[in-house]
Amino acid sequence: MALLQTNGLTAFYRDFQALFGVDLWLDAGETVAIVGANGAGKSTLMRSVSGVLRNKPEQIVFDGRPIGALAAPEVMALGIAMVPEGRKLFPSLTVEENLLIGRYGRSTNGPWSLETIYQLFPVLKERRNNPGTALSGGQQQMVSIGRALMSNPHVLLCDELSLGLAPVIIKDIYAAFPAIRESGASIVIVEQDIGQAMKVADRLYCMMEGRVTLSGRPMELKREAIHAAYFGADS
Amino acid sequence: MNWVDTVLQGILLGGLYALFAAGLSLVFGIMRLVNLAHGDLIVLAAYLIFVLVGTLGLNPFVAMAIAMPIMFAIGWLLQTYVFNRTLGPDILPPLLVTFGLSVVLQNGLLQAYSADSRRIPSGYLETASVRLGSLHVGVMPLLTFASALAVIVILNRLLYATELGRAFRATSDDAVTAGLMGIRPQRTFAIATGIAMAVVAIAALYLGTRSNFDPTIGPARLIYAFESVIMGGLGSLWGTLAGGIVLGVAQTIGGAVNPEWQILAGHIAFVLVLLFRPRGLFPRAVD
Ligand SMILES: Nc1ncnc2c1ncn2[C@@H]1O[C@H](COP(=O)(O)OP(=O)(O)OP(=O)(O)O)[C@@H](O)[C@H]1O
Ligand SMILES: [Mg+2]
Repeated sequence: MALLQTNGLTAFYRDFQALFGVDLWLDAGETVAIVGANGAGKSTLMRSVSGVLRNKPEQIVFDGRPIGALAAPEVMALGIAMVPEGRKLFPSLTVEENLLIGRYGRSTNGPWSLETIYQLFPVLKERRNNPGTALSGGQQQMVSIGRALMSNPHVLLCDELSLGLAPVIIKDIYAAFPAIRESGASIVIVEQDIGQAMKVADRLYCMMEGRVTLSGRPMELKREAIHAAYFGADS
Repeated sequence: MNWVDTVLQGILLGGLYALFAAGLSLVFGIMRLVNLAHGDLIVLAAYLIFVLVGTLGLNPFVAMAIAMPIMFAIGWLLQTYVFNRTLGPDILPPLLVTFGLSVVLQNGLLQAYSADSRRIPSGYLETASVRLGSLHVGVMPLLTFASALAVIVILNRLLYATELGRAFRATSDDAVTAGLMGIRPQRTFAIATGIAMAVVAIAALYLGTRSNFDPTIGPARLIYAFESVIMGGLGSLWGTLAGGIVLGVAQTIGGAVNPEWQILAGHIAFVLVLLFRPRGLFPRAVD
Protein backbone atom coordinates (compact mmCIF):
# COMPACT_ATOMS: atom_id res chain seq x y z
CA MET A 1 0.00 0.00 0.00
CA ALA A 2 1.22 3.48 -0.83
CA LEU A 3 2.33 5.80 1.98
CA LEU A 4 0.27 8.68 0.62
CA GLN A 5 -2.51 8.44 -1.91
CA THR A 6 -5.22 10.63 -3.40
CA ASN A 7 -8.46 9.10 -4.65
CA GLY A 8 -10.48 11.16 -7.12
CA LEU A 9 -9.40 14.31 -5.30
CA THR A 10 -11.54 17.35 -6.00
CA ALA A 11 -10.89 20.84 -4.67
CA PHE A 12 -12.75 24.10 -4.82
CA TYR A 13 -12.19 27.80 -4.19
CA ARG A 14 -15.74 28.78 -3.31
CA ASP A 15 -17.65 27.64 -6.41
CA PHE A 16 -14.58 27.55 -8.67
CA GLN A 17 -13.42 23.96 -9.11
CA ALA A 18 -9.63 23.66 -9.33
CA LEU A 19 -9.11 19.86 -9.14
CA PHE A 20 -11.27 17.33 -11.01
CA GLY A 21 -10.54 13.88 -9.62
CA VAL A 22 -6.79 13.60 -9.14
CA ASP A 23 -5.41 10.11 -8.47
CA LEU A 24 -1.79 9.71 -7.48
CA TRP A 25 0.35 7.90 -4.94
CA LEU A 26 3.67 8.15 -3.20
CA ASP A 27 5.50 5.07 -1.91
CA ALA A 28 7.70 5.13 1.17
CA GLY A 29 11.18 6.36 0.34
CA GLU A 30 10.13 7.58 -3.08
CA THR A 31 10.58 11.00 -4.69
CA VAL A 32 7.75 12.01 -6.98
CA ALA A 33 7.64 15.11 -9.13
CA ILE A 34 4.50 16.92 -10.27
CA VAL A 35 4.90 19.21 -13.25
CA GLY A 36 2.45 21.44 -15.03
CA ALA A 37 1.97 24.90 -16.44
CA ASN A 38 0.69 27.96 -14.55
CA GLY A 39 -2.72 27.31 -13.07
CA ALA A 40 -2.63 23.55 -13.61
CA GLY A 41 -3.61 22.98 -9.97
CA LYS A 42 -0.27 21.88 -8.52
CA SER A 43 -0.38 24.24 -5.55
CA THR A 44 -4.04 23.43 -4.98
CA LEU A 45 -3.03 19.78 -4.74
CA MET A 46 -0.29 20.63 -2.22
CA ARG A 47 -2.68 22.79 -0.18
CA SER A 48 -5.22 19.97 -0.16
CA VAL A 49 -2.75 17.36 1.07
CA SER A 50 -1.27 19.68 3.73
CA GLY A 51 -4.69 20.58 5.10
CA VAL A 52 -4.79 24.26 4.15
CA LEU A 53 -7.75 23.34 1.94
CA ARG A 54 -10.34 20.91 3.31
CA ASN A 55 -11.45 17.99 1.18
CA LYS A 56 -13.57 14.88 1.61
CA PRO A 57 -11.90 12.58 4.16
CA GLU A 58 -11.37 9.53 1.92
CA GLN A 59 -9.94 11.57 -0.94
CA ILE A 60 -6.53 11.70 0.73
CA VAL A 61 -5.16 8.68 2.57
CA PHE A 62 -1.93 8.70 4.55
CA ASP A 63 -0.59 5.49 6.05
CA GLY A 64 -4.03 3.91 5.76
CA ARG A 65 -5.77 6.87 7.42
CA PRO A 66 -8.23 9.19 5.71
CA ILE A 67 -6.83 12.69 6.19
CA GLY A 68 -8.65 14.72 3.55
CA ALA A 69 -10.74 16.65 6.06
CA LEU A 70 -8.01 17.32 8.64
CA ALA A 71 -6.77 20.85 9.36
CA ALA A 72 -3.15 21.77 8.63
CA PRO A 73 -1.85 21.39 12.23
CA GLU A 74 -3.32 17.88 12.45
CA VAL A 75 -1.79 16.84 9.13
CA MET A 76 1.53 18.26 10.24
CA ALA A 77 1.38 16.32 13.49
CA LEU A 78 1.05 13.10 11.48
CA GLY A 79 4.36 13.83 9.78
CA ILE A 80 3.58 15.65 6.54
CA ALA A 81 5.53 18.91 6.28
CA MET A 82 5.30 21.52 3.56
CA VAL A 83 7.68 23.97 1.94
CA PRO A 84 5.05 26.39 0.64
CA GLU A 85 5.17 28.19 -2.68
CA GLY A 86 6.94 31.54 -2.25
CA ARG A 87 8.86 30.26 0.82
CA LYS A 88 6.62 32.11 3.31
CA LEU A 89 9.20 32.81 6.02
CA PHE A 90 7.93 34.64 9.11
CA PRO A 91 9.31 38.21 8.89
CA SER A 92 9.19 38.78 12.66
CA LEU A 93 11.37 35.74 13.31
CA THR A 94 15.11 35.32 12.88
CA VAL A 95 16.52 32.56 10.69
CA GLU A 96 17.03 30.34 13.70
CA GLU A 97 13.56 31.07 15.08
CA ASN A 98 12.09 30.25 11.68
CA LEU A 99 13.83 26.88 11.86
CA LEU A 100 12.77 26.27 15.46
CA ILE A 101 9.13 26.99 14.76
CA GLY A 102 9.16 24.14 12.25
CA ARG A 103 9.00 21.63 15.06
CA TYR A 104 6.32 23.44 17.08
CA GLY A 105 3.54 20.95 16.42
CA ARG A 106 5.54 17.73 16.39
CA SER A 107 8.13 16.61 18.89
CA THR A 108 9.86 13.58 17.42
CA ASN A 109 13.40 12.46 17.40
CA GLY A 110 14.98 12.01 14.04
CA PRO A 111 17.94 12.99 11.97
CA TRP A 112 17.01 16.67 11.65
CA SER A 113 17.92 19.28 14.26
CA LEU A 114 19.42 22.77 14.16
CA GLU A 115 22.90 21.23 13.88
CA THR A 116 22.11 18.93 11.00
CA ILE A 117 20.21 21.65 9.13
CA TYR A 118 23.24 23.94 9.55
CA GLN A 119 25.42 21.11 8.18
CA LEU A 120 23.11 20.79 5.21
CA PHE A 121 23.06 24.56 4.56
CA PRO A 122 26.17 26.04 6.25
CA VAL A 123 25.39 29.58 5.11
CA LEU A 124 22.34 29.62 7.40
CA LYS A 125 24.51 29.22 10.47
CA GLU A 126 26.34 32.46 9.69
CA ARG A 127 23.03 34.26 9.28
CA ARG A 128 21.15 32.58 12.11
CA ASN A 129 20.39 35.85 13.92
CA ASN A 130 19.25 37.82 10.86
CA PRO A 131 15.56 38.29 10.19
CA GLY A 132 14.51 35.50 7.82
CA THR A 133 13.40 37.96 5.20
CA ALA A 134 16.78 39.76 5.12
CA LEU A 135 18.28 36.81 3.24
CA SER A 136 18.64 36.27 -0.52
CA GLY A 137 15.92 34.28 -2.26
CA GLY A 138 18.00 31.13 -2.39
CA GLN A 139 18.93 31.35 1.29
CA GLN A 140 15.29 31.94 2.18
CA GLN A 141 14.40 28.79 0.27
CA MET A 142 17.01 26.92 2.34
CA VAL A 143 15.40 28.22 5.54
CA SER A 144 11.98 27.16 4.30
CA ILE A 145 13.24 23.64 3.53
CA GLY A 146 15.08 23.47 6.85
CA ARG A 147 11.97 24.66 8.70
CA ALA A 148 9.93 21.82 7.19
CA LEU A 149 12.66 19.26 7.95
CA MET A 150 12.86 20.30 11.61
CA SER A 151 9.70 18.28 12.28
CA ASN A 152 11.43 15.16 10.94
CA PRO A 153 8.56 14.49 8.55
CA HIS A 154 7.70 11.22 6.85
CA VAL A 155 6.60 13.19 3.80
CA LEU A 156 8.12 16.43 2.58
CA LEU A 157 5.98 18.48 0.17
CA CYS A 158 7.93 21.09 -1.84
CA ASP A 159 6.01 23.63 -3.91
CA GLU A 160 8.13 25.23 -6.65
CA LEU A 161 11.50 25.47 -4.98
CA SER A 162 12.96 27.09 -8.09
CA LEU A 163 10.47 29.97 -8.20
CA GLY A 164 12.32 33.20 -8.97
CA LEU A 165 15.78 31.74 -8.42
CA ALA A 166 18.83 31.77 -10.73
CA PRO A 167 19.79 28.39 -12.25
CA VAL A 168 23.03 28.13 -10.27
CA ILE A 169 21.12 28.70 -7.01
CA ILE A 170 18.51 26.13 -8.00
CA LYS A 171 21.33 23.64 -8.50
CA ASP A 172 22.65 24.38 -4.99
CA ILE A 173 19.24 23.78 -3.48
CA TYR A 174 18.63 20.51 -5.29
CA ALA A 175 22.11 19.38 -4.22
CA ALA A 176 20.62 18.97 -0.73
CA PHE A 177 18.06 16.41 -1.86
CA PRO A 178 20.19 13.27 -1.82
CA ALA A 179 20.85 13.90 1.88
CA ILE A 180 17.15 14.51 2.52
CA ARG A 181 16.24 11.24 0.78
CA GLU A 182 18.95 9.47 2.73
CA SER A 183 17.29 10.64 5.95
CA GLY A 184 14.27 8.52 5.06
CA ALA A 185 11.74 11.16 4.01
CA SER A 186 9.47 10.53 1.05
CA ILE A 187 9.32 13.60 -1.14
CA VAL A 188 6.83 15.32 -3.44
CA ILE A 189 8.34 18.02 -5.61
CA VAL A 190 6.20 20.42 -7.59
CA GLU A 191 8.02 22.12 -10.45
CA GLN A 192 7.32 24.03 -13.62
CA ASP A 193 10.82 23.12 -14.81
CA ILE A 194 10.50 19.64 -16.37
CA GLY A 195 14.27 19.15 -16.70
CA GLN A 196 14.86 19.66 -12.99
CA ALA A 197 11.95 17.41 -12.08
CA MET A 198 13.19 14.56 -14.33
CA LYS A 199 16.59 14.66 -12.64
CA VAL A 200 15.44 14.18 -9.05
CA ALA A 201 12.27 12.13 -9.39
CA ASP A 202 11.67 8.39 -9.36
CA ARG A 203 8.31 9.04 -10.95
CA LEU A 204 6.67 11.96 -12.63
CA TYR A 205 3.09 13.21 -12.86
CA CYS A 206 1.99 15.80 -15.39
CA MET A 207 -1.00 17.99 -14.56
CA MET A 208 -3.14 20.21 -16.73
CA GLU A 209 -6.32 22.08 -15.84
CA GLY A 210 -6.90 20.22 -12.61
CA ARG A 211 -6.29 16.71 -13.92
CA VAL A 212 -3.38 14.30 -14.16
CA THR A 213 -2.62 13.96 -17.86
CA LEU A 214 0.41 11.69 -17.76
CA SER A 215 2.47 9.68 -15.31
CA GLY A 216 5.41 7.32 -15.34
CA ARG A 217 9.14 6.92 -14.79
CA PRO A 218 11.24 9.69 -16.33
CA MET A 219 13.24 7.21 -18.45
CA GLU A 220 10.09 5.70 -19.92
CA LEU A 221 8.28 8.90 -20.83
CA LYS A 222 8.67 10.29 -24.32
CA ARG A 223 9.44 13.96 -24.76
CA GLU A 224 6.48 14.53 -27.08
CA ALA A 225 4.11 12.83 -24.65
CA ILE A 226 5.26 15.08 -21.81
CA HIS A 227 5.00 18.09 -24.07
CA ALA A 228 1.44 17.20 -24.97
CA ALA A 229 0.50 16.47 -21.36
CA TYR A 230 2.02 19.73 -20.19
CA PHE A 231 0.76 22.17 -22.79
CA GLY A 232 -2.24 20.36 -24.18
CA ALA A 233 -2.43 18.14 -27.26
CA ASP A 234 -2.75 20.80 -29.92
CA SER A 235 0.13 23.07 -28.91
CA MET B 1 3.85 74.44 42.57
CA ASN B 2 6.70 71.98 42.35
CA TRP B 3 7.39 71.04 38.72
CA VAL B 4 9.72 68.17 39.54
CA ASP B 5 7.06 66.68 41.77
CA THR B 6 4.37 67.17 39.12
CA VAL B 7 6.44 65.48 36.41
CA LEU B 8 7.33 62.61 38.73
CA GLN B 9 3.66 62.08 39.58
CA GLY B 10 2.94 62.10 35.87
CA ILE B 11 5.59 59.47 35.13
CA LEU B 12 4.23 57.23 37.86
CA LEU B 13 0.69 57.72 36.55
CA GLY B 14 2.06 56.64 33.19
CA GLY B 15 2.81 53.29 34.79
CA LEU B 16 -0.91 52.85 35.50
CA TYR B 17 -1.79 53.69 31.90
CA ALA B 18 0.86 51.28 30.66
CA LEU B 19 -0.78 48.57 32.76
CA PHE B 20 -4.16 49.46 31.23
CA ALA B 21 -2.58 49.30 27.79
CA ALA B 22 -0.23 46.31 27.91
CA GLY B 23 -2.96 43.73 27.35
CA LEU B 24 -4.54 45.78 24.60
CA SER B 25 -1.16 46.14 22.92
CA LEU B 26 -0.43 42.41 23.16
CA VAL B 27 -3.77 41.38 21.70
CA PHE B 28 -3.67 43.95 18.94
CA GLY B 29 -0.10 42.99 18.07
CA ILE B 30 -0.93 39.31 17.76
CA MET B 31 -4.38 39.23 16.17
CA ARG B 32 -5.14 42.80 15.04
CA LEU B 33 -8.17 42.77 17.32
CA VAL B 34 -9.21 45.99 19.01
CA ASN B 35 -11.13 45.01 22.10
CA LEU B 36 -13.52 47.87 22.83
CA ALA B 37 -14.52 46.16 26.09
CA HIS B 38 -10.95 46.28 27.43
CA GLY B 39 -11.71 49.14 29.85
CA ASP B 40 -14.86 47.46 31.09
CA LEU B 41 -12.94 44.23 31.65
CA ILE B 42 -10.53 46.21 33.84
CA VAL B 43 -13.53 47.48 35.82
CA LEU B 44 -14.93 43.93 36.01
CA ALA B 45 -11.61 42.73 37.45
CA ALA B 46 -11.66 45.62 39.92
CA TYR B 47 -15.07 44.48 41.18
CA LEU B 48 -13.78 40.93 41.37
CA ILE B 49 -10.88 42.02 43.59
CA PHE B 50 -13.22 44.29 45.56
CA VAL B 51 -15.53 41.36 46.29
CA LEU B 52 -12.66 39.03 47.20
CA VAL B 53 -11.29 41.63 49.61
CA GLY B 54 -14.72 42.51 51.00
CA THR B 55 -16.20 39.04 51.48
CA LEU B 56 -13.12 36.96 52.26
CA GLY B 57 -11.19 39.73 53.97
CA LEU B 58 -8.18 39.06 51.78
CA ASN B 59 -5.19 41.29 51.36
CA PRO B 60 -5.73 43.12 48.04
CA PHE B 61 -2.50 41.70 46.57
CA VAL B 62 -3.60 38.18 47.45
CA ALA B 63 -6.99 38.94 45.91
CA MET B 64 -5.22 40.08 42.75
CA ALA B 65 -3.24 36.84 42.65
CA ILE B 66 -6.55 34.95 42.75
CA ALA B 67 -8.18 37.27 40.21
CA MET B 68 -5.37 36.74 37.68
CA PRO B 69 -6.14 33.09 36.81
CA ILE B 70 -9.88 33.84 36.90
CA MET B 71 -9.39 36.69 34.43
CA PHE B 72 -7.13 34.45 32.34
CA ALA B 73 -9.98 31.95 32.10
CA ILE B 74 -12.47 34.67 31.20
CA GLY B 75 -10.15 35.91 28.46
CA TRP B 76 -9.58 32.40 27.17
CA LEU B 77 -13.32 31.68 27.05
CA LEU B 78 -14.18 35.02 25.44
CA GLN B 79 -11.59 34.48 22.72
CA THR B 80 -12.53 30.85 22.10
CA TYR B 81 -16.29 31.23 22.05
CA VAL B 82 -16.81 34.83 20.95
CA PHE B 83 -13.90 36.77 19.48
CA ASN B 84 -12.43 33.97 17.32
CA ARG B 85 -15.71 33.77 15.43
CA THR B 86 -15.50 37.44 14.52
CA LEU B 87 -11.95 37.48 13.16
CA GLY B 88 -11.55 37.66 9.41
CA PRO B 89 -10.79 40.02 6.58
CA ASP B 90 -13.63 42.31 7.68
CA ILE B 91 -12.63 44.46 10.69
CA LEU B 92 -16.18 45.48 11.58
CA PRO B 93 -17.49 42.32 13.34
CA PRO B 94 -14.90 42.31 16.17
CA LEU B 95 -15.55 46.01 16.79
CA LEU B 96 -19.32 45.47 16.96
CA VAL B 97 -19.05 42.40 19.17
CA THR B 98 -16.59 43.93 21.64
CA PHE B 99 -18.65 47.12 21.72
CA GLY B 100 -21.67 44.99 22.55
CA LEU B 101 -19.71 43.23 25.27
CA SER B 102 -18.76 46.64 26.69
CA VAL B 103 -22.42 47.62 26.97
CA VAL B 104 -23.34 44.26 28.51
CA LEU B 105 -20.55 44.48 31.10
CA GLN B 106 -21.44 48.03 32.11
CA ASN B 107 -25.09 47.23 32.55
CA GLY B 108 -24.41 43.92 34.22
CA LEU B 109 -22.12 45.59 36.76
CA LEU B 110 -24.68 48.34 37.27
CA GLN B 111 -27.34 45.71 38.06
CA ALA B 112 -25.09 43.77 40.38
CA TYR B 113 -23.29 46.55 42.22
CA SER B 114 -25.37 49.72 41.58
CA ALA B 115 -23.90 53.00 40.42
CA ASP B 116 -22.26 53.71 43.78
CA SER B 117 -18.56 54.34 43.54
CA ARG B 118 -16.29 51.87 45.29
CA ARG B 119 -12.72 51.60 46.34
CA ILE B 120 -10.57 48.61 47.15
CA PRO B 121 -9.24 49.21 50.67
CA SER B 122 -5.49 48.83 50.88
CA GLY B 123 -4.96 49.79 54.52
CA TYR B 124 -1.92 51.84 55.43
CA LEU B 125 -0.58 51.59 51.84
CA GLU B 126 -3.30 54.02 50.79
CA THR B 127 -1.46 56.92 52.37
CA ALA B 128 2.05 55.53 52.80
CA SER B 129 4.84 57.49 51.14
CA VAL B 130 8.60 57.46 50.95
CA ARG B 131 11.01 60.38 50.85
CA LEU B 132 13.06 60.84 47.68
CA GLY B 133 15.33 63.80 48.41
CA SER B 134 12.96 66.65 49.06
CA LEU B 135 9.97 64.84 47.54
CA HIS B 136 7.38 62.60 49.10
CA VAL B 137 6.28 59.86 46.75
CA GLY B 138 3.31 57.58 47.38
CA VAL B 139 4.11 53.91 47.82
CA MET B 140 1.09 52.88 45.72
CA PRO B 141 2.15 54.95 42.67
CA LEU B 142 5.67 53.53 43.02
CA LEU B 143 4.32 49.98 43.19
CA THR B 144 2.14 50.69 40.17
CA PHE B 145 5.11 51.81 38.15
CA ALA B 146 7.28 48.91 39.30
CA SER B 147 4.47 46.51 38.36
CA ALA B 148 4.24 48.07 34.90
CA LEU B 149 7.98 47.60 34.40
CA ALA B 150 7.78 44.01 35.57
CA VAL B 151 4.79 43.25 33.34
CA ILE B 152 6.55 44.66 30.29
CA VAL B 153 9.81 42.84 30.99
CA ILE B 154 7.94 39.55 31.46
CA LEU B 155 5.74 40.01 28.39
CA ASN B 156 8.80 40.84 26.28
CA ARG B 157 10.60 37.76 27.51
CA LEU B 158 7.54 35.70 26.77
CA LEU B 159 7.34 37.12 23.25
CA TYR B 160 11.01 36.95 22.35
CA ALA B 161 12.47 34.09 24.38
CA THR B 162 9.86 31.33 24.52
CA GLU B 163 8.32 28.87 22.10
CA LEU B 164 4.88 30.32 22.80
CA GLY B 165 6.17 33.80 21.95
CA ARG B 166 7.55 32.53 18.65
CA ALA B 167 4.13 31.05 17.92
CA PHE B 168 2.48 34.40 18.76
CA ARG B 169 4.73 36.29 16.37
CA ALA B 170 4.48 33.68 13.61
CA THR B 171 0.69 33.61 13.84
CA SER B 172 0.61 37.39 13.71
CA ASP B 173 2.79 37.35 10.56
CA ASP B 174 0.88 34.69 8.65
CA ALA B 175 -1.76 32.47 10.26
CA VAL B 176 -2.04 30.08 7.28
CA THR B 177 1.68 29.29 7.23
CA ALA B 178 1.67 29.07 11.03
CA GLY B 179 -0.92 26.31 10.64
CA LEU B 180 1.53 24.39 8.44
CA MET B 181 3.98 24.51 11.37
CA GLY B 182 1.46 22.83 13.64
CA ILE B 183 0.29 26.04 15.31
CA ARG B 184 -3.45 26.31 15.92
CA PRO B 185 -4.04 30.04 15.47
CA GLN B 186 -7.32 30.12 17.39
CA ARG B 187 -5.81 28.37 20.40
CA THR B 188 -2.83 30.69 20.26
CA PHE B 189 -5.19 33.68 20.23
CA ALA B 190 -7.09 32.29 23.23
CA ILE B 191 -3.88 32.04 25.25
CA ALA B 192 -2.90 35.57 24.23
CA THR B 193 -6.22 37.04 25.34
CA GLY B 194 -5.98 35.03 28.56
CA ILE B 195 -2.59 36.57 29.27
CA ALA B 196 -3.94 40.03 28.43
CA MET B 197 -6.74 39.53 30.94
CA ALA B 198 -4.31 38.35 33.63
CA VAL B 199 -2.49 41.67 33.13
CA VAL B 200 -5.88 43.41 33.32
CA ALA B 201 -6.27 41.97 36.85
CA ILE B 202 -3.00 43.68 37.85
CA ALA B 203 -4.17 46.95 36.31
CA ALA B 204 -7.48 46.59 38.13
CA LEU B 205 -5.81 46.33 41.53
CA TYR B 206 -4.10 49.68 41.09
CA LEU B 207 -7.13 51.28 39.46
CA GLY B 208 -9.32 50.23 42.38
CA THR B 209 -6.96 51.05 45.23
CA ARG B 210 -5.79 54.44 43.98
CA SER B 211 -9.15 55.97 43.17
CA ASN B 212 -12.87 55.35 43.22
CA PHE B 213 -14.48 53.36 40.47
CA ASP B 214 -18.01 52.63 39.31
CA PRO B 215 -19.47 50.59 36.41
CA THR B 216 -19.27 53.46 33.94
CA ILE B 217 -15.59 54.34 33.99
CA GLY B 218 -14.42 51.57 31.63
CA PRO B 219 -14.61 53.46 28.32
CA ALA B 220 -12.39 56.28 29.60
CA ARG B 221 -9.76 53.69 30.72
CA LEU B 222 -10.00 52.18 27.24
CA ILE B 223 -9.26 55.57 25.72
CA TYR B 224 -6.20 56.10 27.95
CA ALA B 225 -4.98 52.61 27.08
CA PHE B 226 -5.61 53.18 23.41
CA GLU B 227 -3.81 56.53 23.40
CA SER B 228 -0.83 54.96 25.16
CA VAL B 229 -0.60 52.14 22.61
CA ILE B 230 -0.91 54.45 19.61
CA MET B 231 1.50 57.07 20.98
CA GLY B 232 4.05 54.38 21.75
CA GLY B 233 3.83 52.82 18.31
CA LEU B 234 1.89 49.67 17.53
CA GLY B 235 3.54 46.43 18.50
CA SER B 236 6.14 47.81 20.92
CA LEU B 237 5.53 47.21 24.63
CA TRP B 238 8.26 49.61 25.73
CA GLY B 239 6.67 52.11 23.37
CA THR B 240 3.39 51.55 25.18
CA LEU B 241 5.07 52.45 28.48
CA ALA B 242 6.53 55.58 26.87
CA GLY B 243 3.08 56.46 25.53
CA GLY B 244 1.57 55.96 28.98
CA ILE B 245 4.20 58.24 30.50
CA VAL B 246 3.58 60.99 27.93
CA LEU B 247 -0.13 60.77 28.70
CA GLY B 248 0.41 60.75 32.47
CA VAL B 249 2.84 63.68 32.45
CA ALA B 250 0.60 65.74 30.15
CA GLN B 251 -2.37 65.09 32.46
CA THR B 252 -0.61 66.01 35.69
CA ILE B 253 0.95 69.15 34.18
CA GLY B 254 -2.41 70.16 32.71
CA GLY B 255 -4.06 69.45 36.03
CA ALA B 256 -1.43 71.44 37.94
CA VAL B 257 -2.08 74.50 35.77
CA ASN B 258 -5.83 74.16 36.07
CA PRO B 259 -7.61 71.08 37.45
CA GLU B 260 -10.21 71.28 34.69
CA TRP B 261 -7.54 70.88 32.04
CA GLN B 262 -6.19 67.56 33.25
CA ILE B 263 -8.04 65.23 30.87
CA LEU B 264 -7.93 67.63 27.96
CA ALA B 265 -4.15 68.07 28.28
CA GLY B 266 -3.69 64.32 27.83
CA HIS B 267 -5.75 64.26 24.65
CA ILE B 268 -3.86 67.30 23.30
CA ALA B 269 -0.55 65.52 23.92
CA PHE B 270 -1.94 62.55 22.01
CA VAL B 271 -2.85 64.68 19.02
CA LEU B 272 0.52 66.45 19.07
CA VAL B 273 2.50 63.21 19.18
CA LEU B 274 0.55 61.84 16.23
CA LEU B 275 0.97 65.11 14.35
CA PHE B 276 4.74 64.90 14.53
CA ARG B 277 5.16 61.12 14.66
CA PRO B 278 2.19 59.58 12.89
CA ARG B 279 3.42 56.03 13.56
CA GLY B 280 4.07 56.71 17.23
CA LEU B 281 7.26 57.08 19.24
CA PHE B 282 8.69 53.57 18.73
CA PRO B 283 7.11 52.03 15.64
CA ARG B 284 7.97 48.43 14.90
CA ALA B 285 10.16 47.98 11.83
CA VAL B 286 8.04 45.27 10.20
CA ASP B 287 4.32 45.76 9.95
N1 LIG C 1 -7.07 31.45 -3.59
C1 LIG C 1 -7.65 31.17 -4.78
N2 LIG C 1 -8.91 31.58 -5.04
C2 LIG C 1 -9.50 31.32 -6.21
N3 LIG C 1 -8.93 30.62 -7.22
C3 LIG C 1 -7.67 30.18 -7.02
C4 LIG C 1 -6.97 30.44 -5.80
N4 LIG C 1 -5.74 29.89 -5.90
C5 LIG C 1 -5.68 29.32 -7.12
N5 LIG C 1 -6.83 29.50 -7.80
C6 LIG C 1 -7.14 28.99 -9.15
O1 LIG C 1 -7.02 27.58 -9.12
C7 LIG C 1 -6.39 27.12 -10.29
C8 LIG C 1 -5.17 26.29 -9.92
O2 LIG C 1 -4.21 27.15 -9.29
P1 LIG C 1 -2.88 26.62 -8.61
O3 LIG C 1 -2.32 27.73 -7.82
O4 LIG C 1 -3.16 25.35 -7.94
O5 LIG C 1 -1.98 26.35 -9.90
P2 LIG C 1 -0.45 25.97 -9.98
O6 LIG C 1 -0.38 24.77 -10.83
O7 LIG C 1 0.16 25.89 -8.65
O8 LIG C 1 0.15 27.20 -10.78
P3 LIG C 1 1.56 27.94 -10.62
O9 LIG C 1 2.52 27.12 -11.42
O10 LIG C 1 1.33 29.28 -11.23
O11 LIG C 1 1.91 28.00 -9.18
C9 LIG C 1 -6.05 28.34 -11.13
O12 LIG C 1 -7.06 28.49 -12.11
C10 LIG C 1 -6.12 29.47 -10.15
O13 LIG C 1 -6.54 30.66 -10.78
MG1 LIG D 1 1.61 26.91 -7.64
